[in-house]
Amino acid sequence: MTTTLWITAIVVAITLGITIWAARQTRTTVQFYAAGRKIKGWQNGLAIAGDYMSAASFLGIAGLIAFNGYDGFMYSVGWLVAYLTVLLLIAEPIRNTGKYTMADVLSYRMSAGPTRSAAAISTLAVSGFYMIAQMVGAGVVLHLLVPGFSFQLAVVIVGVLMIGYVVLGGMIATTWVQIVKATLLMAGAVLLSIMVLSHFGFNPVRFFDAIAKVVDTKSKLNFTQPGILYPHGKHVFLGPLTLDKSTIENVSLGMALIFGTAGLPHILMRFYTVPTARAARNSVGWAMGLIGAFYVMTTFLGFGAAVLVGKAKIGNTNLAAPKLAEFLGGGPNSFGGELLLGFISAVAFATILAVVAGLTLAASSAFAHDFWMNVIRGGKESESEQVTVARIAAVGVGVIAVLVAINLPTANAAQLVAAAFAVASSGNLPVILFTLFWKRFNTVGAVCGLIGGTAVSILLIVLGPGLNTVPAAHPAFALSNPGIVSIPLGFIFAIVGTYIGEALGGDQRAKAMYPEIAVRSQTGVGAEPSSVVEERIPAAV
Amino acid sequence: METRNRTAGRGIRGDPDGRSGTEAASASKWEALAASTEFRRLITAKRNFIIPAVVFFLVYYFALPLGNGLAPSLMNTKIIGNINLAYLFALSEFVMAWILAAVYIRRANRVFDPLAEAVRRLAARMGLGS
Repeated sequence: MTTTLWITAIVVAITLGITIWAARQTRTTVQFYAAGRKIKGWQNGLAIAGDYMSAASFLGIAGLIAFNGYDGFMYSVGWLVAYLTVLLLIAEPIRNTGKYTMADVLSYRMSAGPTRSAAAISTLAVSGFYMIAQMVGAGVVLHLLVPGFSFQLAVVIVGVLMIGYVVLGGMIATTWVQIVKATLLMAGAVLLSIMVLSHFGFNPVRFFDAIAKVVDTKSKLNFTQPGILYPHGKHVFLGPLTLDKSTIENVSLGMALIFGTAGLPHILMRFYTVPTARAARNSVGWAMGLIGAFYVMTTFLGFGAAVLVGKAKIGNTNLAAPKLAEFLGGGPNSFGGELLLGFISAVAFATILAVVAGLTLAASSAFAHDFWMNVIRGGKESESEQVTVARIAAVGVGVIAVLVAINLPTANAAQLVAAAFAVASSGNLPVILFTLFWKRFNTVGAVCGLIGGTAVSILLIVLGPGLNTVPAAHPAFALSNPGIVSIPLGFIFAIVGTYIGEALGGDQRAKAMYPEIAVRSQTGVGAEPSSVVEERIPAAV
Repeated sequence: METRNRTAGRGIRGDPDGRSGTEAASASKWEALAASTEFRRLITAKRNFIIPAVVFFLVYYFALPLGNGLAPSLMNTKIIGNINLAYLFALSEFVMAWILAAVYIRRANRVFDPLAEAVRRLAARMGLGS
């Protein structure tokens, strides 16, 4: 046990060292929120990958595949393809028109007060769900490493560490922690994949022969076959239609994943850290290469755990990858087993810390930049005060996430994160797309879309069977994945709100600013420069 | 200096729908820029690539969950040993995403960026885009 603890401690020490270094370089708001916009494209690509491949990817998907076979792999597929939405529609316009947050883009056309308040609420909701998932994963892993630490204590320790990263280091520290973590995670996944394949003579066909021998007791399907997580033969009723529940769940999950990534505030925020839209675009290319390679390897991690360790010995769904590492190293209580378990747990731990730091930063910027500075203080606030408020907000957000996570020790991290994607795709994406591409869109439409989409997706998640918030036998809403209902509703709220806004007398500014945002978002005319230029501003004023 | 003014201008207005005289003047300039040949050329080039690309990847992606749900026996067809169509189709999604991303990035760097640069030069001549 001491080996594993030491390895984890070393990884944590490295990341803390980065944070202390970064803290010295973080004085202005553009440094705190956007690392001075000086991150290079490939570095940002690594950081996006680090921000994205969370506990949900590493622990959650491995667990879902280990317990449910093929259906778990659908999460991997959706989470990569989602980047096409980001690349083709969102990344460059966001870099060209925003400053620090998603709401910057919206308030280009819309009135600042209501839009920024609504966007702050949806950002906090998305980041909250996402963060809770990470905390749960971290708690489970730390509890496994040190049985003396209860799950609750483990969650508190993670909370304190990640608040420290953000409060001290801001975006510079967060970016470098993510880069280190992405590198470690890729190394860990490659190592485990090679070791899994070596058990099958590096022959994928033999590996799949073994997977096909693992049979789900309930559905009698083997693990290469779709239909275990969302069984065939059940029906849902949507209005007059009777539909196959398995198909609807998978399509609905896919919709949330494909459209949700482009509405995740902590991912959008990463595009502000690079100097130009071209760098933003290239960073998505780098990220897709890394993220895709990792998700292909979830085949070996997840199915490997199913075949070599088995559901019974894994126990908690979030522990498939660590238990697989322990087995590959030589089994429990062997030196190799401990060593590999320690390495993989340290990677998982670094993964979680990096993601949570990114989330905390997004949430605290939504509060400090959107709500505090632009709504409460009417934009008149000093740089240092805004950074201070953001730091206080980071502490607040972290404390709330810890308190919720403590009560969810058995939730699957990937499924919790999928809930965050449902909220992001229903609340944020319609409003971002309409702001960029729909001339008639206005403030009322934006507020209705943000609040309505966020509220309806949270409501459907709570009423549905996914998070066990209601007795599983009679959920008020039949689907675990609400996307297929909540995403269209998010668009409808935004459209209906726009017409209501027009009926109320119209929003001249939203219309008048459309040509400007259309040109700026597609060309980068007048985009925020790197901090080389920006730093001169306080001196000039 | 300019950056700051612009940010303040959109952030802190007392009357959100009211527009000052200078802002109305600049709005008409932006309209002119949006209607310029340079900008139309960029938008047409982007639209002709991006809309078909989005439709293609959405159809390709959703074919997988729909196929798994509606035609499970087809998707369970074994192709190589126990490796079935469902898994190979899932793998092909990765390849599709990588290729489409690479094609877009290449096209954007070579075609869209020079067109956008032309619009930025025009904007500078018109005194827009601090």
